[in-house]
Amino acid sequence: MRRAAFALLLAAAALPVAAQDKLPPAPYAYTQLEDPAQEARAKALMETLRCLQCQGQSIADSDAPIAGDMRSQVRLKIKAGDDPEAIRAWLVQSYGDYVSYAPRLTDATWPLFAAPLILLGLAIVLLRRRFGGKGA
Amino acid sequence: MIANLGLAALWLAAALALLQLLAAWRALRVAGAKEGALVRPVAIVQGLLAALAFACLIAVFCQTDLSVKLVAMNSHSAKPMLYKFAGAWGNHEGSMLLWVTIMGLAGGFVALVERRLPEPTMLATLAAQAFVSLGFYAFLLISSNPFERLNPAAPEGQGLNPLLQDPGLAFHPPTLYIGYVGLSIAFSFAVGALITREVSPAFARAMRPWVLGAWIFLTIGIVAGSYWAYYELGWGGWWFWDPVENASLMPWLAATALLHSASVLAARNALRAWTVMLGVVAFSMSMVGTFLVRSGILTSVHAFAVDPERGSFILGLLALNIGAALVLFALRAATVTEGERFAVTSREGALVFNNVMLTGALGIVLIGTLYPLLAEALGTKVSVGPPYFNPMTAVFVVPMLAVLAVGPLLRWRRDSFARITPMVAIPALLTGGAAMVLALKGMAVLPLLGMALAAGLALAAFMPLRGRKLSRVNLPLWGMIAAHFGVAVALFGMAADSAWTVERLVAVQTGQAVEVGPWKVTLRTIVPVAGPNWTALEGEMEARYRGGEPRMLHPQARAFWAPPQQTSESALATRWNGQLYAVLGEQAEDGRWQLRLWWKPFVTMIWFGGLLIALGGVLALIGRVWSDLKRIIARGKIAYRRERQGR
Repeated sequence: MRRAAFALLLAAAALPVAAQDKLPPAPYAYTQLEDPAQEARAKALMETLRCLQCQGQSIADSDAPIAGDMRSQVRLKIKAGDDPEAIRAWLVQSYGDYVSYAPRLTDATWPLFAAPLILLGLAIVLLRRRFGGKGA
Repeated sequence: MIANLGLAALWLAAALALLQLLAAWRALRVAGAKEGALVRPVAIVQGLLAALAFACLIAVFCQTDLSVKLVAMNSHSAKPMLYKFAGAWGNHEGSMLLWVTIMGLAGGFVALVERRLPEPTMLATLAAQAFVSLGFYAFLLISSNPFERLNPAAPEGQGLNPLLQDPGLAFHPPTLYIGYVGLSIAFSFAVGALITREVSPAFARAMRPWVLGAWIFLTIGIVAGSYWAYYELGWGGWWFWDPVENASLMPWLAATALLHSASVLAARNALRAWTVMLGVVAFSMSMVGTFLVRSGILTSVHAFAVDPERGSFILGLLALNIGAALVLFALRAATVTEGERFAVTSREGALVFNNVMLTGALGIVLIGTLYPLLAEALGTKVSVGPPYFNPMTAVFVVPMLAVLAVGPLLRWRRDSFARITPMVAIPALLTGGAAMVLALKGMAVLPLLGMALAAGLALAAFMPLRGRKLSRVNLPLWGMIAAHFGVAVALFGMAADSAWTVERLVAVQTGQAVEVGPWKVTLRTIVPVAGPNWTALEGEMEARYRGGEPRMLHPQARAFWAPPQQTSESALATRWNGQLYAVLGEQAEDGRWQLRLWWKPFVTMIWFGGLLIALGGVLALIGRVWSDLKRIIARGKIAYRRERQGR
């Protein structure tokens, strides 16, 4: 009994720390959309957006307040019938390319897309050299 | 006192590494030099001294000796004993000391038991091991001294990152490090063989068990890390293509390729240069990983300290070791021929395909991981994540998995598809059928491919047993079957999780029930609980699967006070066909509690599959070591008999 009371006291003491600078989360931060198809679209998009305050997590995988706000924004826009890629473009416009886990093909990112092609080419060359001329 | 002993042991170990390098070098250069006899004993003692230093570090952590700076920065007297102990490596310096300890012990172990190769090759191997170790000793002693003192001692420690306060900390880093650093042995063997130009089947046979051992630990480490992230982060994700995860995946891909090419070299004396190259690449990837994680270039739960000096030091080490090995390779590549030739349709052919594809996937992961860092250095910030990695690696991995089904059925050197068609036809039909059914159900492309391939692979994995007497199948073959079956199982788990997961985010009053998939979950009550260095609100949930027996779940929202941080401890209900994942969130103003619930069908298959892959490695290792031992014993008996007859 005393232990439980102590625990209650400690938990109560810890709560103000938790409650610091905390507004109630945005409407759709922790609430799914009513339409499962829309929610699936929102979820797929959220999994490819970076939580800007976190350590390599998407906004779909984070408790950070900013991730909650962004989830809510994404869900609201999907609910309004926006195209997921349009939402991504809108977010990229305000937060920069860093927010999207799906790199666009730009002047700065072309090596990312050239590299797989080069690798594939190399693989084919290597295999053909190895097995060229109808094998050994 | 103990801290001083640890530091002394560390300096002495470093000195012995230098002696090991010089003695081996002289023995190699000067014919008849006596220093060669020194190398093996010195390597063993060096490993033991490093282990002593590490034991001292653990001791000061267990005592919470606050006169040691590292303890004061990363520990706390009120921490549970397990985390005081494991906290010894839950920081930058301690984890680097763990690194050199494993490296020293692995080198010592090789020096103690490995006698199959010509002595010069062994000397060159131990010299290479000492060279790499020396760099890491210098790193520890110059810029990351774990035994640095505080005067006066700190009144209390600053505590350990709560995310790390989990039993996983006791197992995950040591396991992964044994894997990473174990690959240094492959690196040293490769360098040793290049120096003495002894790239032979015997070299591959000698190297294989060491690679296998490291690979087993690496596999288990990755599986454990993935499961830890899954239940600790509280959102049900199990792989994030995070740079730190990629840092462990890259050496694994290289080591997997190395294992397969070493088996070609051992059996057929082919792929010589390629095998040596992979030996160099595998450990290079371990070092790249260490650089990424330990240099502070990334922000992650794994990166403990941001210090540019350390980053440049590791980068220098990396460049020196990899550069030296590559230069040596370039110098000797001309004299190392590729070896025996073979046809496309042969076991070797399939393994070459596997190797090229694994290396391609490795290339994708490497580029996707490093490019954002490079771009940031050039002034643009980009993110590379699942939308890039998933399809790009699939380009290489999917064809590889298809060949995986066929390769083990082919004979060495030359074979024909006609012979194996009956064995391949059934799995191929299974894959095709599964793909059609799933496509009709409207599954997305990648999960569909994964699941269809998994079905065919699971069956194909056992095909090598056809026409064999089960009692006469040797252990390495069982190992291969287990590992390949494990790939199918893990693939199925990944596809199932991605296609069939059901998510429910809800706010409920206590007493209210929620349905998620086939489960009905009721939040009974919320109780406060306290641990040694945290308090928490704990939800008491009752979960019923299809109206069956209730199971109790207790997810917690924890508040740690040293350092102050919130974490959510998820609760899991595991069934054979999946897991229910429950997280307790915050209380809203209207008194309702935020719950996150997932039903994840067959998600556990991901990790069971991973463990099966590791089990396959264990079986193969036991089989190899056992047959080596039998050969040694037989040889000893013959020698003994000859001696008696001669008398």
